[in-house]
Amino acid sequence: MLLVVEQFLNGLQFGLLLFLLAAGLTLVFGIMDLVNLAHGSLYMMGAYFAATFAAWTGSFLLGALLALGATLVLGIVLEMSALRHLYGRDHLDHVLATFGLILFFNEAVRLVWGPAGLALQLPNWLTVPVPILPGIHYPAYRLAIIAVALLVALLLYLGVMRTRIGMLIRAGASNREMIGALGINIKLLYTLVFGLGAALAGLAGLMQAPILTVQIGMGENILILAFVIIVIGGIGSIRGAFLAAIFVGMIDTLGRAFLPNLLRQVLSGAAASTAAPALSSMLIYLLMAIVLVVRPEGLFPANRR
Amino acid sequence: MKAFTVSKAVTALLVVGLVLLPLYSQASGNIFILTLFTRIIILALAAASLNLIMGFGGMMSFGHAAYLGIGGYAVGMLAQEGIGSGFIQFPVALAASATYALVIGALSLRTRGVYFIMITLAFAQMAYYVASGLARYGGDDGLTVYKRSDFSGLVNLSNRTQFYYLCLACLFAMIFLIWRVVNSRFGLVLQGLRSNEQRMQAIGFPSKRYQLVCFVISGTMCGLAGALLANNTDFVSPAMMYWTRSGDLMVMVILGGMGTLFGPVIGAVVYLLLEEFLSQLTEYWALIMGPLLLLIVLFGRGGIMGLLGRLNRG
Repeated sequence: MLLVVEQFLNGLQFGLLLFLLAAGLTLVFGIMDLVNLAHGSLYMMGAYFAATFAAWTGSFLLGALLALGATLVLGIVLEMSALRHLYGRDHLDHVLATFGLILFFNEAVRLVWGPAGLALQLPNWLTVPVPILPGIHYPAYRLAIIAVALLVALLLYLGVMRTRIGMLIRAGASNREMIGALGINIKLLYTLVFGLGAALAGLAGLMQAPILTVQIGMGENILILAFVIIVIGGIGSIRGAFLAAIFVGMIDTLGRAFLPNLLRQVLSGAAASTAAPALSSMLIYLLMAIVLVVRPEGLFPANRR
Repeated sequence: MKAFTVSKAVTALLVVGLVLLPLYSQASGNIFILTLFTRIIILALAAASLNLIMGFGGMMSFGHAAYLGIGGYAVGMLAQEGIGSGFIQFPVALAASATYALVIGALSLRTRGVYFIMITLAFAQMAYYVASGLARYGGDDGLTVYKRSDFSGLVNLSNRTQFYYLCLACLFAMIFLIWRVVNSRFGLVLQGLRSNEQRMQAIGFPSKRYQLVCFVISGTMCGLAGALLANNTDFVSPAMMYWTRSGDLMVMVILGGMGTLFGPVIGAVVYLLLEEFLSQLTEYWALIMGPLLLLIVLFGRGGIMGLLGRLNRG
């Protein structure tokens, strides 16, 4: 029971973190039609910025806020200097150009911070276990991640659905020429959306940083998961990304936690212990394959909103 | 059609250069250049196979490195189990890649465009994780291939020059095959599908079936490259299938010129020589390589072959 609740919350937390990453990816794709592989690099930069700023200021929260600002600025600079010129080009061009950016960011990080990873220390008040049910404790920091991510998801929903900027963003997604013709500064809008996506990726990175080591290439594995999520959810759909992210986070975490035991009841011990790790890391890809067979456009295709 | 063009001259020069390279290596005593070019030729073969689906078939696979790994692991695993004969290893490598391509292709081809890019990427990552989980075959650390494939007297893979020529022969044979495929009725249908799938379907061509066959041919060719690569490095590891390797292959194709016969070969030679040169220049070679890729995408349309074609027109 304890384990189940704990793993359930872990899955939720992981899923919400993936949502932050996938939301930026799907926003940028849905609105600018840009495939951004370097999104994972922004996630990595968020973590590195947070570790550095937290060490400078001596405060986790201050460091996190500064890192958030820094990734926002980095995203805006990146958009204005390089990615702006890719709009309207072939998707293959996007893949290649942003692949080049990944190489650049990984190497730049190695140059600045060195090849060894960094650690981000949590303040004491975030490390205490919190009782959530009678007899069941859960780390405060992971609860904080869940709360922050849910809050961001809510703000994102309200921002996109209920504000004027959100209205423009949605209009830009469905017909970019038209809203340009109506006198909206579409360039500025695109830059803002990209900056927002970068900040979301940075937020995911800096929140994940205290749990994992901050290291080069940390953005790449999770980027693939974010891709799986937006493919399952339907590219360009934030609602799809939210549901798919939680789904994927749950399946991945619960699969890793319980599959070995389940297999052990069916197979012999040795076979189970070799098959379980491979099978549990395959689970989400199998899920994706199934979704694609049933709904090739993802569960919530954006253009049918 | 002009008899002489700059791109034809460059291609001819490249072919002659590749054929004569072992002589130069022997005369100058520079063994390193031979091993470097063996690797370049193997990856050029992989790039050429990717070009078949990307350049001619219009299918943007971002998971092509998976076949390199599958071909390589087929050789490595059989060698580990004591089956050293190349007559068994290579057919198994090809069959395994073909089977994988058939399954992945059938699933991925249900999607198109950017979905296809991401799906192929995700499946290749899946293959990567499966290989990492193979505890019996080294898991994350990879597997050393202690003995190269044995072709009992026909060709000795441990001899550098013989192995080089084997790889070169494979490359030329596959380029010849691609040339025949592309100019056959099948290839024309494929290129028609790339231009306008809907119209081809309306004429009555079963589009997915044509694309799937092409996908399998390409995957099998890349599996051959994987089997050669395992013999070249005497080592297989999950890193062979990591997605950055798929990215490298894509870059080679684009750099050389997508949809041209020899473009991927030129792309592989230029890309890998550049990588070698930059990494001798500085430890942080990717710091230059990354922005360079960005510039190539922004300003270099059609790759090197496109550039040469423009030179010709004056």
